[in-house]
Amino acid sequence: MNVSADLSLAFPQLILGVGALLLLVVGAFSPKSTTAICAASIVALLGAAVAAATAPLGRAFGGGLISDQASAFAQVAIYVASAVAIPLGQPWFERRGVRNFEFPVLVLLAALGMGMMACSGDLISLYVGVELHSLALYVLAAMYRDNARASEAGLKYFVLGALSSGLLLYGASLIYGFAGSTYFTDIAAAVHGGAQTGVLFGLVFLICGLAFKVSAAPFHMWTPDVYEGAPTPVVAFFAAAPKMAAMVLFARALAQGFGGAAGQWQQVLVAIALISVVVGAFWGLAQQNLKRLWAYSSIANIGYALLGLASGDARGIQAMLVFMVLYMVDVTGFFACLAALSRKGRSMETIDDMAGLFKEQPWIALAMTVFSLSALGLPPFSGFWGKFYVFKAALGAGLAPAAIAGLVGSVVAAFYYLRLIKVMWFDSSQGATDRPPVEARAIGVALALFSFPVVMVALRWIDPWAHAAAAAFGLA
Amino acid sequence: MPILSLITFAPLIGVAAILALRLAGKPDDAKTVGAAKWIALVTTLATFALSVLLVLQFDPNTAGFQFVEDSPWFAGLHYRMGVDGISLLFIPLTAFLMPLCIAASWRSIEKRVLEYLIAFLILETLVIGVFCALDLVLFYIFFEFGLVPMFLIIGIWGGQRRVYAAFKFFLYTLLGSVLMLAAILAMINISGTSSIPLLMTYHFAPQVQTWLWLAFFASFAVKMPMWPVHTWLPDAHVEAPTAGSVILAGILLKLGGYGFMRFSVPMFPQASQLFTPLVFALSVIAIVYTSLVAFRQVDIKKLIAYSSVAHMGFVTMGIFSGNVQGEQGAIFQMLSHGLISGALFLCVGVVYDRMHTREIAFYGGIVNRMPWYAAVFMLFTMGNVGLPGTSGFVGEILTMTGTYGVSTWTAILAASGVIFSAVYALTLYRRVVFGELTNPKLAGITDLEQREIWIFAPLIAGTLILGVYPNYVFNLTQTSVDHLVTVYRAAVGG
Repeated sequence: MNVSADLSLAFPQLILGVGALLLLVVGAFSPKSTTAICAASIVALLGAAVAAATAPLGRAFGGGLISDQASAFAQVAIYVASAVAIPLGQPWFERRGVRNFEFPVLVLLAALGMGMMACSGDLISLYVGVELHSLALYVLAAMYRDNARASEAGLKYFVLGALSSGLLLYGASLIYGFAGSTYFTDIAAAVHGGAQTGVLFGLVFLICGLAFKVSAAPFHMWTPDVYEGAPTPVVAFFAAAPKMAAMVLFARALAQGFGGAAGQWQQVLVAIALISVVVGAFWGLAQQNLKRLWAYSSIANIGYALLGLASGDARGIQAMLVFMVLYMVDVTGFFACLAALSRKGRSMETIDDMAGLFKEQPWIALAMTVFSLSALGLPPFSGFWGKFYVFKAALGAGLAPAAIAGLVGSVVAAFYYLRLIKVMWFDSSQGATDRPPVEARAIGVALALFSFPVVMVALRWIDPWAHAAAAAFGLA
Repeated sequence: MPILSLITFAPLIGVAAILALRLAGKPDDAKTVGAAKWIALVTTLATFALSVLLVLQFDPNTAGFQFVEDSPWFAGLHYRMGVDGISLLFIPLTAFLMPLCIAASWRSIEKRVLEYLIAFLILETLVIGVFCALDLVLFYIFFEFGLVPMFLIIGIWGGQRRVYAAFKFFLYTLLGSVLMLAAILAMINISGTSSIPLLMTYHFAPQVQTWLWLAFFASFAVKMPMWPVHTWLPDAHVEAPTAGSVILAGILLKLGGYGFMRFSVPMFPQASQLFTPLVFALSVIAIVYTSLVAFRQVDIKKLIAYSSVAHMGFVTMGIFSGNVQGEQGAIFQMLSHGLISGALFLCVGVVYDRMHTREIAFYGGIVNRMPWYAAVFMLFTMGNVGLPGTSGFVGEILTMTGTYGVSTWTAILAASGVIFSAVYALTLYRRVVFGELTNPKLAGITDLEQREIWIFAPLIAGTLILGVYPNYVFNLTQTSVDHLVTVYRAAVGG
């Protein structure tokens, strides 16, 4: 294949890469024009989403970059979620006196990294994508420099993230050493008909590294601390899109690289999934801080997504993709609501702060109720549909005990979601809240409307598209 | 005309109107609140009128589903609605009780009235939806989301321990429901369809049936509620506002019985037969044990709540008897209990609104001040006991007759429960109504006012009409029940 054909497949990533660099230069010369840079970043992200949706299918750069239905599906979700993060984050920072034009640029770079993860066809591009998006996220977490907690969160994220990258790299080198190639297709050929112990060893490290990135238990320790410390709009960003990117990468590496060893990784994934559900449900019960609580909730939810993946068939991957898209909407919406709330200039972060919120901010309270019920898995909210797909796939793949354990775990977690609803609706108010910023409230309420009722119509398109995307992984 | 969708979603028009009112004016303004109450009342009455229309148009000679609506959704699911003789009458029951609930809350609810009305209207949509849904997942959506408005009704407008009761209600029911969800997903995987009519003709392997039956049982037994998973009910009833109790006892408990008749018996006949002894045992324990527990209660509402558990025991017994008398009796018992227990909770509400206590010992001798109330309360107490002439009698005698043919001992023990029910119900009535008026606080208690008389009048009429001429019900349910029993008998080979 010639270079121009290769580049046409990488067109979405090119838009983002070139865009980020150009905007960095523009920002360096006129640092005041943050609004224009934000607007340009949003345009670049949406443009990349359109480009990804319409990109030609195929493999580029010798197979290192794959463009298929799955990468298109994931990229659209990732780029749109990143585009939402910019209007949510930039005004938040500016209200706190941080006028950095780097914020949109870093979001662009993170989106580029995630786009690469969604398209990666070998271990090298896998690692480059993971590192690019991680580094951007570390900086974003610490971007609120004057805040000690944000700096702490950024550092913690960096140290533990570096550890996980080390695991990932170690696993990748083992796999390369034993399989003789970094390309997933070649690895698949080497694994075909039984994997050697060395490759399996590498695979386990690879799974551990990726489990770190999606914050699945028992590799979840960084999540609550980082969520708590990082600025809320940034959490809204990195709780959503990076998880999608990492899950798609997970699916691609396992399905296309290790499809022949499905029996082996299935067990590992079921174990990780169930531990995540249990940790997310039980540890969450003890949380007072809502950001920590939602960190545990995200751990449990990743557990469900992994359960879908663990099914090891096309239906399971479709379930995982649908689940992740719907989960992204919910988690972004929840943190957008949280970013909109403050009382006398202090952000409201604990459960007790939410007392009587329904009286103060009925729309935000209603939106947060929707997200809680959705996370609880109550029909007809989007979270239910995600679980519907996942458990259907898991039951179909003969994972009935795991599915039932997951469902029972969701009942345990229901307690803390209900507690939040109870506090917002039943308790008396603790005093007037500040006027919520327009953009955060609008995003929160709009995403709540997606969670219900729009999702009931939207699934008519999401379902077949995720089906086509899952088929691209080539599992039965 | 898609009449089922119209009935199901008609209450949402009222919700939209109240929301518009809230956005336009001040939510706590007396005028706004008054207008919202009228909107809610008119909406529920209109829904009831539509449901009567539905019953009139229903063809009682067809066993299959009628008024079917069907449009494909996604992932093989359908938006599919329809009713047969089994589900039909629960729709007017729901629509009948709802305006009474709104009227009963006219004065007693003072805070967040608009939200209260919205919660009730949404609940009405969901409950009617449960009875109309002909797609497993659609059924589950309606069934499960009903938890939320009820959770809020108990938690916001309830009594002292409302938070505890609301959580207990929600988590108990949720645990049962997720197991049912697992079964629903497994059924879709195995049979490849989520259509209830198709699944009713699908034959699951006996081994599979056992598991599916148990999962559905987990959900419906909690909802019913059956002994020993009934403990959420007394708490929920005691803490819920009067109208909440009426809906809970009158309608929500029926979802469990309806579920057994719609899913367990026709779809898993072998498993149903296998577990019949279990259901009979639990039913008899519920009838006898909770009747005795009811006798020892000091709180009027709790007593009636336990009596509900006992009466639901007759329903489960009838459903699993597998013959026409049992099934007919179960449906009738559910309808009748919907009227009688709803009315009893309204009776409690009348004195509670005046005295703000539900303690039995507080009252006594109120017949001297409230003769009309005493008469009304007497009628419904007798209905609860199962006095011939009231609707309560018909359901109990039929379920017992049905069960007698299958298990004599079950029927005999259940019959003893009828005596126990007379013991606690008459004791309650004597202690609250008769005797000398000794408590000085009761001196100023006033008899029923006009609004309350209007609320009770239709309930009295319903109880007596169904008690004297139950064929109004049986004519509508006969064909569908015959079909259900024929198919069940054929499947279990008996």
